[in-house]
Amino acid sequence: MSAHTSEHKTMTLKLIVWRQKGPNEPGRFENYVARNITEHHSFLEMLDVVNEDLIKEGKDPIAFDHDCREGICGTCSTVVNGVPHGGQVRTTLCQLHMRKFKDGDAIYLEPWRARAFPILRDLVVDRGALDRIIQAGGYISCHTGGVPDGNAIPVPKANADYAMDAADCIGCGACVAACPNGAAMLFTGAKVAQFAALPQGQVEAPERVANMMKEMADCGFGNCTNHYECQAACPKGIDVKFIARLNREFLKALFMAKAGTFTPVGE
Amino acid sequence: MILDGKAPTGPIEQSWDKHRFEMKLVNPSNKRKYKILVVGTGLAGASAAASLGELGYNVEAFCYQDSPRRAHSIAAQGGINAAKNYPNDGDSIYRLFYDTIKGGDFRSREADVWRLSQVSNNIIDQCVAQGVPFARDYSGYLDNRSFGGAQVSRTFYARGQTGQQLLLGAYSALSRQIKLGSVKMFPRTEMLDLVVVDGEAKAITIRDLVTGEIRVHTGDAVLLCTGGYVNVFYLSTNAMGCSVTALWKAHRKGAFFANPCYTQIHPTCIPQAGDYQSKLTLMSESLRNDGRIWVPTKKEDCGKPANQIAEGDRDYYLERKYPSFGNLAPRDISSRAAKEQCDEGRGVGPGGRGVYLDFRDSIKRFGENVIRERYGNLFEMYERITDENGYQVPMRIYPAPHYAMGGLWVDYNLMSNLPGLFVLGEANFSVHGANRLGASALMQGLADGYFVIPYTIANYLVQTKPGKVKADHAECRKSIDEVKGTKKKLLSINGNKTVAEFMRELGTMVWNNCGMARSKESLTEAIAKIPAIREEFWKNVKVSGTGGEFNQQLENAGRTADFMEFAELLCRDALHRNESCGGHFRVEYQYEDGEAKRNDADFAYSAAWAFKGVDKEPELHKEPLTFENIHLAVRSYK
Repeated sequence: MSAHTSEHKTMTLKLIVWRQKGPNEPGRFENYVARNITEHHSFLEMLDVVNEDLIKEGKDPIAFDHDCREGICGTCSTVVNGVPHGGQVRTTLCQLHMRKFKDGDAIYLEPWRARAFPILRDLVVDRGALDRIIQAGGYISCHTGGVPDGNAIPVPKANADYAMDAADCIGCGACVAACPNGAAMLFTGAKVAQFAALPQGQVEAPERVANMMKEMADCGFGNCTNHYECQAACPKGIDVKFIARLNREFLKALFMAKAGTFTPVGE
Repeated sequence: MILDGKAPTGPIEQSWDKHRFEMKLVNPSNKRKYKILVVGTGLAGASAAASLGELGYNVEAFCYQDSPRRAHSIAAQGGINAAKNYPNDGDSIYRLFYDTIKGGDFRSREADVWRLSQVSNNIIDQCVAQGVPFARDYSGYLDNRSFGGAQVSRTFYARGQTGQQLLLGAYSALSRQIKLGSVKMFPRTEMLDLVVVDGEAKAITIRDLVTGEIRVHTGDAVLLCTGGYVNVFYLSTNAMGCSVTALWKAHRKGAFFANPCYTQIHPTCIPQAGDYQSKLTLMSESLRNDGRIWVPTKKEDCGKPANQIAEGDRDYYLERKYPSFGNLAPRDISSRAAKEQCDEGRGVGPGGRGVYLDFRDSIKRFGENVIRERYGNLFEMYERITDENGYQVPMRIYPAPHYAMGGLWVDYNLMSNLPGLFVLGEANFSVHGANRLGASALMQGLADGYFVIPYTIANYLVQTKPGKVKADHAECRKSIDEVKGTKKKLLSINGNKTVAEFMRELGTMVWNNCGMARSKESLTEAIAKIPAIREEFWKNVKVSGTGGEFNQQLENAGRTADFMEFAELLCRDALHRNESCGGHFRVEYQYEDGEAKRNDADFAYSAAWAFKGVDKEPELHKEPLTFENIHLAVRSYK
């Protein structure tokens, strides 16, 4: 074992946490104290400490979603002081460290709040709606096997880089939580743009965007009104230009449908 | 019992093609009658579920995460190997095969490794077709880089997020099948038992992690794609939810656990900063392409700022000891070398458990911009966690548990000794032997899921009657009662110690006694101590809440209980293997220069253990390993 907690100055923090037993139960804020926190604790390790204390006191620990704790799985999903993931630029909550806080700070913790994300318990929400958007068309319909050699599909480097910028999305839903309209257009736009930039994605481009947009609306997500809160909150810094691309691809699909060159599934 | 891996005979180059032809097929119109249960939806599980769904099977897939897109495959950074030989630098299927056998320290099955090398090329094609944004050069063709343990550039990558992009590719294929109705997806669901009827795997018992409901899902075959078990060390690079539970439950029901002592310790992780730490973070070992690893030559320099230590007082120990591979020496060798330096008192950072990874020379040679372009995201991650700027001061790294080469025993068809139970990806023991080479885990997960199981499962299904076992079968009801009983017991103890305290105690002990270096004494001590910790756990653990609700403490308690039993098997396997090979290093068995000393005369076999009861010694079965194509040799990276 290495550094002892005693080597560092410790902090005491006041937490004001949203507690809710289940989707249909009323929720409320409750106060807790986080003690013996050092600057090297990650935010979630701070919550671990609080939960250990609660368990020992025989109280229900705070439920929060987390898994990889290295900023890539997109599981962690808590609004800290009004900002999804706590406000450090391009950082998930699990990578936010307590050195960003001061001794005595009061910290508000809330779940993602959006019509499409029902609260399951405390800070945990159901983000299944994001999966349903992908299921509606976020793929290239290639069968396993029977595909050409990888180098038979050259992709200009600029397009590959653009697609990678979009594919960076970890699907955490912070964009939805940050948006005053609860829109998932940054999430959807990133996936649509990734495939729109690649030759492999061209064949199904109009169906893809039409189906994903429809699913988005069906799930109860709102629409973009250019606040750009999503980009500010995104732990991967996904650019709002992908929302513009989404709109462009959607418009293209509409024109194609009008011209009779493609029929959206289900119409 | 001598186990038969059922590997095909004859020339290795034709083995997989011949075997594919010889296996039976399921008539297309009959496929929908078979239900396949896929547990875990990382690279192996998602690719298997998607491919089997496409073929027309009726698939149910389960994962503990809230979405299949979050499986821990997502955290793999570096890349995926394939024998494409696009750079024209001497690669071939045979060379990838050779490197993997040698890298695994001659403890894997030749035919399985050949097949992996052969289908590696199909994986790249498949992922490109799915729209995985691999790195490209200016011609638009795919770019490659070199990776630890290889002298050719065969690694395909998508920035520092290759695992993420490959998983999202498999997830997209899976999502398409979910929409089409061929796969039914159950997220936030944990498998807590395997139901075996007449010796065959026919169902699983699961807990719905949201409602707490415990129920059985029946099927005609069960695929475990549940990843590795290195969270047994408490601190590892695995996600918090990764556990041995699914594998252990299957083991308790008769599936053999093979080579658990082969665990991989990754050399380039961020060192531990304090006792409260919940996990360790890995940085891609691609950093070793441009970073130089060193420690101060003199102990008294260890406390000094790195930049004040003169060039002559720095010991670039990997370059010194392994001149031809240098900083790119395989993971086990690099990790052990770091431990040696720290054991000698020349480690740096908190607790003296760290070595420097220094980019000073590369920045001088290429400029900071080039280094930023190559590794920018890793430098950022390092700074977020440590508050240090890797461009200005050398990074500190230390090895951390990372990957499990061991797993459930499977034959060439990926079927365990229990008919109907298949094990894919990290969860099985098959291809990495005693040590896995960099960029090979992603390759194996996708090989098993996309290109092996769709063929080999038919060979089993064709001789079974679909829908043989129903949910009201006596074995299913018994299993539900058992799972409910365990949960009830965990909730009723109401002791004084939390689940995390127990896991920390167990993991720290296993890490100290069965980590990077093991001895007869340390292992014997661990085997004596584990039952006591386990006993205390069942008397003194505190789990709050109820079983019929979302209860993360209860989930963790169940996983910890399984680690308590598994840890003992891990140590027993390590104690029985009186040799050093790959990730298993026994201090008694080493050459004078500290290199691992294999014992091929006595230990050229896979050890497959049968469960005999919690407090009983497991029974050892052996699968002899024969090397017909690659000559058994002492591994040397000098």
